[in-house]
Amino acid sequence: MEYLQFAVKRLVQATIVMFVISLIGFSIQDKLGDPLRELVGQSVSEEVRDELREQMGLNDSFPVQYARFITKAVRLDLGNSYFFKKPALEVIADKFQATMELVIGATLIIVVFSVPVGVFCAINPKSWISRVIMTLSIVGISVPVFLTAIFLIYIFSVELGWMPSFGRGDTISLGGWSTGFLTWDGLHHLVLPSLSLASIMLPLFIRLIRAEMMEVLETDYIRFAWAKGLVRRRVWFLHALKNTLLPVITVGGVQIGTMIAYTILTETVFQWPGMGFVFLEAINRVDTPLIIAYIIVVGLIFVVTNTVVDLIYSLVNPTVRLVGQKP
Amino acid sequence: MALLEVRNLHVEFPLGRKTLQAIHGLSFALDKGERLGIVGESGAGKSVAAFSILKLIAKPGRIAAGEVIFDGRDLAKISDEEMRQIRGNRISMIFQDPMMTLNPVLTVGTQMVECLKAHRDISDAEAKRLAIAKLREVKIPSAEERFENYPHQLSGGMRQRVVIAIALLTDPAVIIADEPTTALDVTIQAEIMGLMLDLCRDHAVALMLITHDLAVVSQVTQKICVLYAGRLAEQGPTRSIITQPKHPYTQGLIKALPQQNEPGARLFQIPGTMPTLDDVPAGCAFHPRCAFADELCRREVPEPRPIGDHRVACHHAEKVASA
Ligand SMILES: Nc1ncnc2c1ncn2[C@@H]1O[C@H](COP(=O)(O)OP(=O)(O)OP(=O)(O)O)[C@@H](O)[C@H]1O
Ligand SMILES: [Mg+2]
Repeated sequence: MEYLQFAVKRLVQATIVMFVISLIGFSIQDKLGDPLRELVGQSVSEEVRDELREQMGLNDSFPVQYARFITKAVRLDLGNSYFFKKPALEVIADKFQATMELVIGATLIIVVFSVPVGVFCAINPKSWISRVIMTLSIVGISVPVFLTAIFLIYIFSVELGWMPSFGRGDTISLGGWSTGFLTWDGLHHLVLPSLSLASIMLPLFIRLIRAEMMEVLETDYIRFAWAKGLVRRRVWFLHALKNTLLPVITVGGVQIGTMIAYTILTETVFQWPGMGFVFLEAINRVDTPLIIAYIIVVGLIFVVTNTVVDLIYSLVNPTVRLVGQKP
Repeated sequence: MALLEVRNLHVEFPLGRKTLQAIHGLSFALDKGERLGIVGESGAGKSVAAFSILKLIAKPGRIAAGEVIFDGRDLAKISDEEMRQIRGNRISMIFQDPMMTLNPVLTVGTQMVECLKAHRDISDAEAKRLAIAKLREVKIPSAEERFENYPHQLSGGMRQRVVIAIALLTDPAVIIADEPTTALDVTIQAEIMGLMLDLCRDHAVALMLITHDLAVVSQVTQKICVLYAGRLAEQGPTRSIITQPKHPYTQGLIKALPQQNEPGARLFQIPGTMPTLDDVPAGCAFHPRCAFADELCRREVPEPRPIGDHRVACHHAEKVASA
C-alpha cells in the first residue's frame, strides 16, 4: 500500500518535470528563429505575413500558444522539421534506435567491468593492481569524451586497423527496430563508440563501487558475517555487494540518463547516425522543431529512467520505502 | 585442560609511525560451561581482546605475541579455513548493538540458515526448521513470521534475541558476548541478559561476558578479569574479587557500585579518567589516579603476580589488600 502511494507520488513528480521541460522547449520555439521565414521565404509582403501570423495563432498570448503546443505535443505532434520536411518526432524516432544501441553498448561495458573491478579494488585496496586501476580511473574521468574517442580511433583504426572508425555497419531490421547487435559487422562498429561513451562513466562507477564497498566492509554486520564463519564468497558477494549496489543503482540510473547527453559528442566523432548527430545538424540549420523534439525526447528518457530506477530501488531495498512504518 | 586459554596476549595497532599497544600481556582461561567476566572502562581493550580470539581484529590491528589455545589447538597456527570452521560454529559472538549487527538487506531467516549451512551439511528445509526452533527458544513470538522479516521490522530487543538465536544455532562451546545489553532500552536489559544466561546454562555453553558493569558480572560469572588501559589489573574468582580486591582500581570499581553506597549519599567515583592508549603514563598506567602510588609506581610497570588465588598487577597489592 505504501509502495503504491510512493509510486503515485513519484509519477506525479515525473509529470511535473516533463511539464517544465516542455515549457523550456516551447520557449525555445518562441525565441529561436521566425517560423514564417522558414515557411514562406523572404519574398512575401508584410500584409500577407501578418495575416499568416494571425492564422497560425502566433499573435496569441503566451499561455494560449503554450496550451496549443502542449495539446499537440500530447498527440505526439511537435511540428515538422524544416529541413527534412516531415514530422520532427519521426526524424528523431528514426535515429533513436542508433543512439539507444550506443547507450546500451556503453551500459553493458560499464556493468560488466565496473562491478568486478570495483569489488576487486575494495577487497584488495593495497595491491598494486588496485593502485594502478585507481590512477587510471582518475585519468579516464578527466579526459574529455571526444579526446578519448579520437585517441581510440587513432590507435585501433588508424594504427592497428582493427576497428572501423565510423558508421553503424550492417544492421538487421527486427520488427521495425534496426539493430547492429545481431551482425558481426554491426557489433564490430559498436565497440569503439561504446567504449568512448563509457570512458567517463566506467571509471566513475569503479570508484563509486570501490568506495561504497570499502565502507560496507567496515560495518558491524559484515564483521558479524565473518564471526558467523561464512565463506568469503558469501560475505563479499552477498552481504557486502548487495549493500554496495543498492545506492549505486540510484546513481547509476541518473548517470545513464546523463550518458545520452554525451552521445552528441560520440556520435559526431564516429559519425554515428543517431539522435545526437541529427541534433547538432539541426542546430546548425536552426531547425527549431527538430531541436525541440530532441530536447523533449531526451528529457523524457531522462525522467523515465530516473523514475523507473527509483521505483525499482525502493522495491528491492526493504528499508527505503517503509519509512514511517513502526517495527 | 581449559577449553579456551589465552596466554600472554599482545595486540597492537601500527598507525603510521606510532604503534598503539591495545592489549599488553593478557592471560585467562575458560573451562567448559564456565562464565568469565571481562570488565573495564571504555577503551580498556575488551572488544579488541574478544575479536583477537576469533582473529577478527580490525585492520591494521594484529596479534603481536601470545597464544590463543582452543580445544588444544593454537589458533595462530591453524589455516584460514580451519579458523572459519571455528567461528560461528564452536565459538560464537554476540555484538553490542543489535541495530547494526544484522544485515539490513537480508531476512532474519537468510541470516540464520546461512550460518547453519556454513558449518553443517544440511538441507534448506532442515536448516529452516532448526532456525525457527531457535527463534522460539529465545522467546520470539510468531517465529515463522519473524523468520521472513527484515531486521528493520524488528525492535532492538527482538533483534538481539535473533542475534542470540544465531549465536546458539550451531551449539557452540563458547559464546563471546561483547556488552550484549548496553545498546538496549534499560527496561529490557535485564530480560535479555537473563535469557542469554539461561540459554548458556541450559546448553552448557561457556560464556565470556564483556561489560563495563561490575555489578552484572559479579552476579553471573565465576571468574573476573579487570582490564585497565590494555593491561590486566586483577583477575580471580568472582566472589573473592568482589569481597577481597587486591588492586586499587578494582577496589575503586567496587566502592563505586551503587549497593556499596549509603542511600542518598553521593556515589563514589575514582578520581580522574583512564588514559588513552597513545598517552599512557610511564610506570603503572593507573598511578595518576591511585592513592597508593609512590616513586616505584611512577617508574616501573607492575607485572601481574599471583597473590592468593588472584593475579594482581600492583607493586603494593599486599598493602592495598590489608588497607
Ligand atoms: N581499528 C582500530 N584502529 C586503531 N586503534 C584501535 C582500533 N580498534 C581499537 N583500537 C584501540 O584499542 C583500544 C581499545 O579498544 P576496544 O574497542 O577494545 O575498547 P573497549 O574496552 O571494548 O571499549 P568500549 O567499552 O568502548 O567498547 C581503543 O582505545 C583504541 O585505542
Ligand atoms: Mg567494546
